[in-house]
Amino acid sequence: MTQAIKEESLYGAALRRMQDKTDSPSWIKRLRESALERFEETGFPTVDQEDWKYTNVAPIARSDFAPASPAGVAEISGEAIRPYAYAESSQSSLVFVNGAYQSQFSTLAALPEGVVVAPLSEALTGAHEPVLREYLARAINAETDGFAALNTAFAGQHGAFIYLPTGAQVETPIHLLFLATESEQPLAVFPRVLIVAERESAATVIEDYQTTDEAAYFTNAAVEVFVKENARVVHYKVQHESDQAFHIAATHAELERSSVYDLTTITLGARLSRHGINIKLAHEGAECWVDGLYLVGDGQHADTHSLIDHIAPHCPSHQLYKGILDGKSRAVFNGKVFVHKDARQTDAMQTNKNLLLSREARIDTKPQLEIFNDDVKCAHGATVGQLEEEELFYLASRGLHPELARNLLTYGFAEELVEKIKIESIKKQLDEAILNRLHARLEA
Amino acid sequence: MLEIKDLHATVDDKEILRGVSLTVKRGEVHAIMGPNGSGKSTLAKVLAGHPSYEVISGEVLFDGKNLLELDPDERAREGVFLAFQYPVELPGVSNAQFLRLAYNEKQKHLGEEELDPLEFKDLLAERAKIVEMDAGLMSRSVNEGFSGGEKKRNEILQMAVLEPELAVLDETDSGLDIDALRIVSEGVNRLRGPDNAIILVTHYQRLLNYIVPDFVHVLSKGRIVRSGGKELALELEEKGYDWLKEASDEQPSAANA
Repeated sequence: MTQAIKEESLYGAALRRMQDKTDSPSWIKRLRESALERFEETGFPTVDQEDWKYTNVAPIARSDFAPASPAGVAEISGEAIRPYAYAESSQSSLVFVNGAYQSQFSTLAALPEGVVVAPLSEALTGAHEPVLREYLARAINAETDGFAALNTAFAGQHGAFIYLPTGAQVETPIHLLFLATESEQPLAVFPRVLIVAERESAATVIEDYQTTDEAAYFTNAAVEVFVKENARVVHYKVQHESDQAFHIAATHAELERSSVYDLTTITLGARLSRHGINIKLAHEGAECWVDGLYLVGDGQHADTHSLIDHIAPHCPSHQLYKGILDGKSRAVFNGKVFVHKDARQTDAMQTNKNLLLSREARIDTKPQLEIFNDDVKCAHGATVGQLEEEELFYLASRGLHPELARNLLTYGFAEELVEKIKIESIKKQLDEAILNRLHARLEA
Repeated sequence: MLEIKDLHATVDDKEILRGVSLTVKRGEVHAIMGPNGSGKSTLAKVLAGHPSYEVISGEVLFDGKNLLELDPDERAREGVFLAFQYPVELPGVSNAQFLRLAYNEKQKHLGEEELDPLEFKDLLAERAKIVEMDAGLMSRSVNEGFSGGEKKRNEILQMAVLEPELAVLDETDSGLDIDALRIVSEGVNRLRGPDNAIILVTHYQRLLNYIVPDFVHVLSKGRIVRSGGKELALELEEKGYDWLKEASDEQPSAANA
């Protein structure tokens, strides 16, 4: 307990320092303060809680992470940033280094008029402040859990605001790069992203966590997405943090009538990662895809908890999560599909498939359906397996060395998700990550 | 080229091959026929090194080397090829990628030049003609969603790409309609040459109308009970396999001596 108290006061002191420096509106200051109070009451979740029983976050609570400064020009060259840029987003990207917005590396030239993509800190004092006041912390707030409370306490310090006015069509994907670099002390970064897509708008957003450093740091992210009638948001979350890092993230989306939300998550990095997903199909005809690939190796732990909440009738949801576990790694998949009483004609499909490449790897998978309406079509399933002997023999009989055969089959397992990715730069990055991880000799 | 001497093999502790002996020379095509359960497919899989089959005694020499000491992938690189009775589906692995990897593994083994995807595409297009294979199937996952005939043609395409010294075709004719059988057989005939050898494992004489063997062997209860020329296949067609019931209980025939 003494640990926890020390920790909380550290975050509290940092917040008070930041509060004094910024000229944010009073409502956000109050939001932060009450969130901090809530966090100081609840603390971090523990393994006694059902939702956290497989993921022990005590190492985060025990560490002295210093909340990163919300501003400041990073000591990093354009050359060093370049490998993390995506050609598709060369004119539509925001770059944050250790949480702080870097205008010198950011460019928004490709955005149509009226579309807002801005660091939250700037947006809070800009023309869209009323939109922020209406939506910020509506889906993720101090009541969600300890991490959400802590993120909310720092809301607006790190992160971005994206606003698509009615009918806006953004062709180029919007890239939000959260880059971790070397720092004097282990940092805590609190990315907060708010996306509001008004009626009949459409955009693709890449939420991207990368690192230049193999250090330990703590990312606590929260992303809220509001998709209005007939709007369409395609969202990629790429988590390629340092293998020593802690990454706790929440993604909550609320979908209105006939809107589409398509989320693809790629989990490659972090020593411990947890992604909480909550999709509310709140109005008729809304449709979502929630897909992901986690690729973990020795010493890594990746946890995905998702809730697809069918509130309204006639909503299809599609979920495919695939995991590849190697070495002494562990993954958790807990996917709940909840069909409310009024959600007739729900069409929900959920699949989780896992490939264990080592005897020491462990997966806990739990797909769950809770249905309170008879007029629905729901299917779910989970598989855990090793590579098939017959497939390995087939490849061997064609002269492929056993290691190459294993790599090729593993790659094939991931392919279903790689194929879904429409952005070549992400696809290439993922290909490389898979191949590097597998030490494969496949090219092109 | 291939010498099988008194080969005994088991699967799940059950002895399936009970003393098979066979000699195959370069340029020859041998047909191995026999009823279901006679050990035909077991022989094919043992030659390729399938891990579920255990050789308990006997010897297999391939170009003088002890084949049984080699792992399946080593055998393949040495030039042994098995066309599967039931080709395996490999979801997510493209046919072109798979074939190029296999081709390059062999080139590397021979100390010859490996091909990049573009160079290999040309080679593949040329070989695909041998089995009248649709180019569209090359970018698809190996055998996934292929018809029975396409799977078998894909096996022969792999053979055409890898150019093995010894090809063992395990019931490649089963499940094929007459057009597919013709295409597959013509493909095999084009690959047949003075420097390689082919073992055809088949239940039916029909295939041998298209691929005419130099020798026919009849396998029954794990032994070769008769050997002869191509006319033996016709005799089998006429008489069926019933006569084997008596024959296989006797001592193995001359082929095994």
